[in-house]
Amino acid sequence: MSQRLSHLLGTENLSREQIAFILDQAKPFQEFQRHPLKKLATLRGKTVAIAFFESSTRTRISFTTAAARLGADTMALQAETSSLKKGESLIDTVRTLEAMRPDGIVIRHASSGAPEFVAQRLEIPVLNAGDGTHEHPTQALLDALTIRDRKGKLEDWNITILGDILHSRVARSNIHLLTKFGVKITLCGPAMWVPRELERLAPNVRVSHRVEESLDGADVVMVLRVQTERIHEPSLAPDEYIAGYQLSPARLRLARPDALVLHPGPIVRGLEIDSAVADGPQSGVLEQVTNGLAIRMALLYHLIGGAAADAPHPAKDRLNASD
Amino acid sequence: MTPAMRVVEKRQLLSAEEIGRTLSRLAHEIVERSGGAKDLALIGVRRRGVPLSERLAKQIRGFAHVEVPVGTLDITLYRDDLSTIGHQPVVQSTQIDFPVDNRDLVVVDDVLYTGRTIRAAMNGLFDLGRPRRIQLCVLIDRGHRELPVEASFIGRTVQTSDTEIVEVRLQEIDGDERVVLVDRVP
Amino acid sequence: MLLIKNGRVLDPAAKTDAALDVLLDGERISKIGANLSAPGAEVFDAKGLIVAPGFIDLHCHLREPGQEMSETIETGTQSAARGGFTAVCCMPNTQPVNDNASVTRSIVERAAVAGAVRVWPIGAASLGSRGEALAEISAMKGAGIVAVSDDGKPVATARLMRQVMDYCNTLGLPVIDHCEDPSLFAGGVMREGPQSLRLGLQGIPAQSESICVGRDVEIALLTGARLHIAHMSTFGSLEYVRSAKKMKLRVTCEVTPHHFTLTDEDVRYDSRYKMNPPLASRSDRDALIAGLADGSIDAIATDHAPHHAASKDVEFDRAPFGITGFETALALGLSELVHPGKLPLMRLVELFTTGPARVLGMERKIAADEPADLTIFSTDREWTYRAADSPSKSRNTPFDGRAFRGAPMATVVAGRIAFRR
Repeated sequence: MSQRLSHLLGTENLSREQIAFILDQAKPFQEFQRHPLKKLATLRGKTVAIAFFESSTRTRISFTTAAARLGADTMALQAETSSLKKGESLIDTVRTLEAMRPDGIVIRHASSGAPEFVAQRLEIPVLNAGDGTHEHPTQALLDALTIRDRKGKLEDWNITILGDILHSRVARSNIHLLTKFGVKITLCGPAMWVPRELERLAPNVRVSHRVEESLDGADVVMVLRVQTERIHEPSLAPDEYIAGYQLSPARLRLARPDALVLHPGPIVRGLEIDSAVADGPQSGVLEQVTNGLAIRMALLYHLIGGAAADAPHPAKDRLNASD
Repeated sequence: MTPAMRVVEKRQLLSAEEIGRTLSRLAHEIVERSGGAKDLALIGVRRRGVPLSERLAKQIRGFAHVEVPVGTLDITLYRDDLSTIGHQPVVQSTQIDFPVDNRDLVVVDDVLYTGRTIRAAMNGLFDLGRPRRIQLCVLIDRGHRELPVEASFIGRTVQTSDTEIVEVRLQEIDGDERVVLVDRVP
Repeated sequence: MLLIKNGRVLDPAAKTDAALDVLLDGERISKIGANLSAPGAEVFDAKGLIVAPGFIDLHCHLREPGQEMSETIETGTQSAARGGFTAVCCMPNTQPVNDNASVTRSIVERAAVAGAVRVWPIGAASLGSRGEALAEISAMKGAGIVAVSDDGKPVATARLMRQVMDYCNTLGLPVIDHCEDPSLFAGGVMREGPQSLRLGLQGIPAQSESICVGRDVEIALLTGARLHIAHMSTFGSLEYVRSAKKMKLRVTCEVTPHHFTLTDEDVRYDSRYKMNPPLASRSDRDALIAGLADGSIDAIATDHAPHHAASKDVEFDRAPFGITGFETALALGLSELVHPGKLPLMRLVELFTTGPARVLGMERKIAADEPADLTIFSTDREWTYRAADSPSKSRNTPFDGRAFRGAPMATVVAGRIAFRR
């Protein structure tokens, strides 16, 4: 890695080299998921704090499993059961967690920027597991890994992201990541969820409000969950959304014949995506889940596994190293 | 921090030709002592154990007419020194495309030193199943063991001091073919 | 007696720009002229410095009564004195809200005892600033308010605004409005634009402000009352004010130093960049600077809004709006406007003195028998602002550590030196 990562806060500030390195490092962990004995001692004795200030099942289980498979212990904090309900501030909560000496903290929070806020105040590595409507970098990394595996490379594809882009941290992380690899991105959804200014987020980003036009020539279609809980505006009737923007088999035929369909989950079947598409041969949805484990193991290994950068460098270890 | 040191070559331990002859002898010993090559599989430890294991398999194919499966093992995730080294080693892939259960495995590496690499390699193998037997084959045994590990097949045993380094250079990786003893001088 | 010698007197009221001495006698100015001498008087050597009428801040929050953890009248006015302000107008959103004469009196009395500078309270427009019934405006005027406002939020409805303006017109008070449309504001935390999209922070469109300014200008047309737009931040709002002035309506407006200095591009996940109205786009910022230069904008006001450290040390979207501002206001005006040649020095002084005085229906000048309030400052003094050194109880400013050219050197209130660098 050109420069060592101290935190994973987003994809916007990752270099193309750093991203490629993380994806490469996920490969051995992908193989590892097929081992009969899925338990390493690599991070034995390390503790990962899993601090979820916003409810989540999939990402929390994925991070917890990734840590467990590396041999690390986890300490979990969930918003519903924590003292946050009693009015404790975020900084007091994470300082309390830090006092229990974890080696890293995975944080999900409803406020954009909360992981950066924590990273500035703690000494340990912070991994962003989704912050507000800002970023969800591990999701974008696992999406990239899935695209690279299924399509042979990451560079230069036409990728369409469909849904409520305005409120999607998955979309933002994907836009920042993919455009570093020359991907051309088309953002599509109802106009109030896909403002024109999104084109200024990164180079090669185009906004379209017509689904047919947006799918034309797409190599990958990412369907976002329609997140009713994060919408401040008056919401759209589900039937309106389905009629205008649902990814149906007929609409998918407008994309390239070998187009890959991704969805970060959890899927609301029959709303943003038709079941036949979600379960069809072009869907990469289940690989995304497996790749999520591999990406998170690779990140935990690199962020939490190592010694401090200024640790002593015993000569013997260098000589002994089989590489 | 380690003070800056210079590395000087002291002497050559094996020439290209001697490496070839040594591997040929090791291949024969492996087949002999394994009671034929049925159930036998070679596991090359990254990095220089990998070309060595491939060469051994080729030798065995040549004289015993048996295709011995070869796997590649990356021991990074099994190292016990991750918290003391300054940089985080890059993980490489482990490619063992055959079941290790009830196999007669020979782990192949270039140099046997403290024994920690082999300890890590064995841990890695046990995560993949339960081999019937694990043996170790090394090109050079340079002593200074820190763990109760011994090799079953040894190309050459060399007396070394703590400051010396045994450098195995192989065509496939280094574009050179010889084994040299180098020393560090302050 | 205090004799200010060798200074360069800048008085926008009389368009004076000359090397003159000023003699103060008690709470009044006694004489202004060349080479004055007064045996026995204390002498302040203002060589190389500007001597201006006392600065007035139309918009600040002193937090007393009720939020003394963040600021008090004592600490807030000490901070104001360091910024060169001789009088500050404090907004009524205290606890309790300053919506009746007894709260007004308590502020006035406390200021008389503990205030380092003059404190001119602004009363609430509606009871509790709840936007329902009118506050006790007439009684508060008797107790000393200089204007009314429901600051922190807009006067809730057009109908209420009409009633407040009609009533205040009779009383001779200006109505100050914090302009925003709540439905467009919709829980936003920064200006809507490319940067809010990038940060994933809920955006507030510029029109949230200008729609409300438009409404208020219409009511000013209807009532003929005095309307003052608080902390105006957008081009659209400025255009409404310009059109109102063209119609000879009694409509004025103020701009804060942070809105003519920073833009939404400066916003990061740091609550010191969170204020309301939020930092605007670059084009809005440039329009405000043009408005300051061409006279469309009447005053620079700080919107000094202290918040104690714990309340600001939270996630961006959970932090309260507001930053402190007394001590950096003049320095920002000099560094951002005067030194780059965007504004003549006299105009900057006007925006801190005669401009805000006119909004309040007062005069401000350096002349015999006027109150002995003077602001003495350097246009060249190089210094770095350290929030930790501030007498304010709060440190929530994005300008901590910023280097400036130009600084307040002394603040004279009622003939006494309230601050001296």
